Amino acid sequence: MSGGNALTRSAPWRGTAWAIGKLGISGRTLVIAIPMLWLLVFFLAPFFVLGRISLAEAIIARPPYTPLFERGPDGSFEIIASLENYRFLLEDALYRNAYLSSIWIALVSTIFALLIGYPIAYYIARAPEPKRSLLLLMVILPFWTSFLLRVYAWMGFLRSNGVINNTLMSLGLIDSPIQMMQTDFAVYIGIVYTYLPFMILPLYANLTKLDGALLEAAADLGASPMVTFFTVTLPLSLPGIVAGSMLVFIPAIGEYVIPALLGGPDTLMIGRVLWDEFFGSRDWPVASAVAIVMLFLVVAPIMWLQSVQNKREEG
Amino acid sequence: MRGWFLPLAVVFGFVFLYAPIVSLVVFSFNDSRLVTVWGGFSTRWYGELLRDRQIISAAWISLKVAFFSATLATIIGTLGAFVLTRFSKFTGRLILTAMITAPLVMPEVITGLSLLLLFVSMEQMVGWPAGRGMITVIIAHTTFCAAFVAVIAQSRLRSMDDSLEEAARDLGAGPVRVFFDVTLPVIAPALVAGWLLAFTLSLDDLVIASFVSGPGASTLPMVIFSKIRLGVSPDVNALATIIIGFVLVAVAIAGWLMRRAMRKEL
Repeated sequence: MSGGNALTRSAPWRGTAWAIGKLGISGRTLVIAIPMLWLLVFFLAPFFVLGRISLAEAIIARPPYTPLFERGPDGSFEIIASLENYRFLLEDALYRNAYLSSIWIALVSTIFALLIGYPIAYYIARAPEPKRSLLLLMVILPFWTSFLLRVYAWMGFLRSNGVINNTLMSLGLIDSPIQMMQTDFAVYIGIVYTYLPFMILPLYANLTKLDGALLEAAADLGASPMVTFFTVTLPLSLPGIVAGSMLVFIPAIGEYVIPALLGGPDTLMIGRVLWDEFFGSRDWPVASAVAIVMLFLVVAPIMWLQSVQNKREEG
Repeated sequence: MRGWFLPLAVVFGFVFLYAPIVSLVVFSFNDSRLVTVWGGFSTRWYGELLRDRQIISAAWISLKVAFFSATLATIIGTLGAFVLTRFSKFTGRLILTAMITAPLVMPEVITGLSLLLLFVSMEQMVGWPAGRGMITVIIAHTTFCAAFVAVIAQSRLRSMDDSLEEAARDLGAGPVRVFFDVTLPVIAPALVAGWLLAFTLSLDDLVIASFVSGPGASTLPMVIFSKIRLGVSPDVNALATIIIGFVLVAVAIAGWLMRRAMRKEL
């Protein structure tokens, strides 16, 4: 292996390296600059634009908001910014309810995902090898198909003349279809279904690390399987529970597609309110204000929680 | 958790996971337009799907967007992960750490809206990007996919034996050569996994694309969403079945390759 690989040996590569060296930029700076600049422009800068437009007013124009600066008649610049949109969010109960109900729906769904996911993770962690890999694959497999189509599958299942109602009616268990679509129930199902693998995988990873000797010790000391589970297994799997719950709760809270397709008109979720404000009312400034409040109320606490958790794991 | 409870809960869990998918596949072969009422076996929806120009062109756009976003995201995510694991001190380290993981917890509606507003403002100020379309979707997808690639690459770079890189440096290789001849081959499997994840994430995204896309650049999820918003439609069942078929074949091939690689090692 003399002279490096094909890439580092090639003429254009050497030419570029030489030119960069001539400019006085070290390779190290360049390597740092690429991801840094990309994220500064396309990740951080958008939030400043968002904040600035949340202070504007909606007008019928392209783009549909008032400019931040205006040149006065005497040639001076005037800054036009108002907190009107935020006052509007505070006063209109719709927005407050949407934030609260997003948190509530995400919380309930997370608990259901935990209740359904825990036994599966536990069972897979205890299964002998070829079976274990197969079951794990079966948990992940639906995740690789389209998210949108998995939500769509439930539309066909829950509809008034859908699979569940048709089955129940043909069995004679019910006389008229149960309304399941366009309810909060359907939204819970959609969220649990979509994010179940995210709950199962960290739980499984945690439960496989569980030392079997501890369970034997508990059994030898006369604990029933039930007592062993609640005093040994469950407390030890707490990190897995926390990790899995975060992975379900975080994406659920800002969810748009699931409430839009499965929920009813009164299923309030903040992601949906933002979407409707933007695409429906075409009110970009209010949509921006909704997003900014969401950043402080929802995203910031989650990021803080995660950094605390990371520090605890490292420490 | 012994006795009947555990197996029952597991069976229930798997029925919950697979019943909707199975019914989706079964009713894609249904002759009736009423998606959930059986009207005899037929493949007419597959024919109708293949004649649907809108879906075909959207699928093609989605594949192109996913390919370019995954590739760019792999480059940016890997560089970010490399910088954070190998350079202990540099200006802006803290902000890069925050920026590279934050997209993981950012609600899609916020990412989509804020990027759209950025693109609109940039167009006003510097004239680029002119309008919105495939380019803006690729930029948006690259940004959020890079975070996922970075997480995978970072864990691989951390667990990698650094004596390999040290040995190469001691033998006189420059930093660029060390990276391409030592680091890159070692972390390559993780990067392939990261690329594949980025590709599927991009292919799957509806919300961000809806915000930043423009006329003529509707992705496949956008077209599907506008179809199913109004209710179930049998050609979407056919499309879902085809996608599920692809996934199954891909998983079977991956499994076969992995088994072969394992046998070689033994």
